[in-house]
Amino acid sequence: MPYRNPEIETMDPKDLRQMQSEKLVKLVKYVYDRSPFYKKRFDEFGVKPEDIKSIDDLGKLPFTMKQDLRDTYPNGMFCVKNTDVVRYHASSGTTGKPTVVGYTQNDLDLWAESLARGMTAVGLSEDDIIQVSYGYGLFTGGLGVHYGSEKIGATTLPASSGNTERQITLMKDLDVTAICCTPSYFSYLIEAAEQMDCSIKNKTKLRVGIFGAEPWSESLRKRIEERSGIKAYDVFGTSELSGPLFIECEMQEGMHIWSDMFLFEILDPETNEPVPDGTVGELVVTTLMKEALPLVRYRVGDLASLETAVCKCGRTHPRLMRLKGRSDDMVIVRGINVFPGQVEYVLVKFPEVSPHFMIVIDREGELDNMAVQVELADMASDKLDDYYKLKSGIQHELKSILNLHADVEFVAPGTIPRSEGKAKRVIDKRQY
Amino acid sequence: MTKTIKQISLFSENKPGRLAKIADVLGKENINIRAFTIAESGDFGIVRLVVDHPDQAHDVLKREGFTVSETDVVGIEINDEPGSMKDVAELFAEGNINIDYAYAFIGRNQKAVLIVRVSDLESALSFLKTKGVSLLEINDLL
Repeated sequence: MPYRNPEIETMDPKDLRQMQSEKLVKLVKYVYDRSPFYKKRFDEFGVKPEDIKSIDDLGKLPFTMKQDLRDTYPNGMFCVKNTDVVRYHASSGTTGKPTVVGYTQNDLDLWAESLARGMTAVGLSEDDIIQVSYGYGLFTGGLGVHYGSEKIGATTLPASSGNTERQITLMKDLDVTAICCTPSYFSYLIEAAEQMDCSIKNKTKLRVGIFGAEPWSESLRKRIEERSGIKAYDVFGTSELSGPLFIECEMQEGMHIWSDMFLFEILDPETNEPVPDGTVGELVVTTLMKEALPLVRYRVGDLASLETAVCKCGRTHPRLMRLKGRSDDMVIVRGINVFPGQVEYVLVKFPEVSPHFMIVIDREGELDNMAVQVELADMASDKLDDYYKLKSGIQHELKSILNLHADVEFVAPGTIPRSEGKAKRVIDKRQY
Repeated sequence: MTKTIKQISLFSENKPGRLAKIADVLGKENINIRAFTIAESGDFGIVRLVVDHPDQAHDVLKREGFTVSETDVVGIEINDEPGSMKDVAELFAEGNINIDYAYAFIGRNQKAVLIVRVSDLESALSFLKTKGVSLLEINDLL
């Protein structure tokens, strides 16, 4: 099994922790000296850089929130001069202002290196042709993966998002072997390719998919792999940390978090105390090597669990298990937390429907109503009763997963909007 | 071989314009509709059609993205006069044939046509045959 950096990737966990410890001490001093934001935050919290002597003191540090990035818009948290910033990206703000992130040349190299390790771990190399179907531009997905692909010496096809027919034509004609995009867009590509009589499974050379930017389930992985004949890997990252960063290895048992670059904690959202391995909690990340926009104990807003046991692939770095959803993707219906990923998990069990869906929440009087619009796929019957049975079957499964009744509404194939970036899964019509 | 009629069934959302779209697809393909009914159920319905070229209709509708199926149904010609429905219904009762759904229309030459969907097609057909009922196929309706 190939490693890109065997020395680091298989380093003894104790040595890794020691390395993290040293880098953390330096980081704390670095941000305190360079960022007025962090100086103020640490002072208010009553912590001085010299109080942090090792990784064991991590819990003494204050958190950084997404709101801090918004409050210091556009670059109030940066730790380098503007002239040292070689790239900006920005994520769309749902509440007005975007969040701006910046990179030094070293930051860009580090980002690409992180992805290059992951791409190597799924068996990609200079012999591969990688189609990057994440959007290019301010969104970090496209350019991030692009540089990772170049770093391993692969041939990069910067397809960006959109123009689905051309994507499929190029995939076939250029013998593309790997693709990076959102899992929902890839599901759409599978369908569209079949309609063009260019089945991805039978008529292309595609063998690897790296899918992220939205939470997806194990059962969707199975379905994608069966329908397209490729191996599908999860990738995690977010623009505040750079962009897409960590990919699963060939074992498909979690995304390797490079501990020499990042320090991950999973905390109980109520107590802020670390949870044991395998327990879902809130993801908190400290960047150990970033220069332009380092983050200390950043609350990413994702719910996930970590596995620290050494992986079967030999890599000693901890693994981030499949995300359970973003805390901000979550909707609360009748006081119950609902993640779109849970709905997807249910739907992929029913071959009669497609994995494309939309949750519609409305309010009647004081009561929330949740409906799930579901697209029919391999379902055709002349009898209403067959539709009723399917509907109540799905409703029953939803109820057992969500602990909440949701009305299933069937819609015609192809009518749920296909997104080329992150899929929009929720329409909330409630007025407060 | 026993005669049956191939019925086309389509899932359709219950929204304005859906039927027009279906009819447009069939019209452009020069497919003629012989019989037609909609079973509605809240937010969706099933459109059932008897057409002159069912296989062609099925393929073109599928190509256009509709959820469509073909089902074998029984077509029976009866006299267009009082009491003839009773005779057929009693025959079904005698043969213990359960009807899932049915619809009828006026045919030609003072005849009416009854289309019946039964759960157990094979046994229904063999029973009706022993009773000498004349079953229709699509060519009889053109």
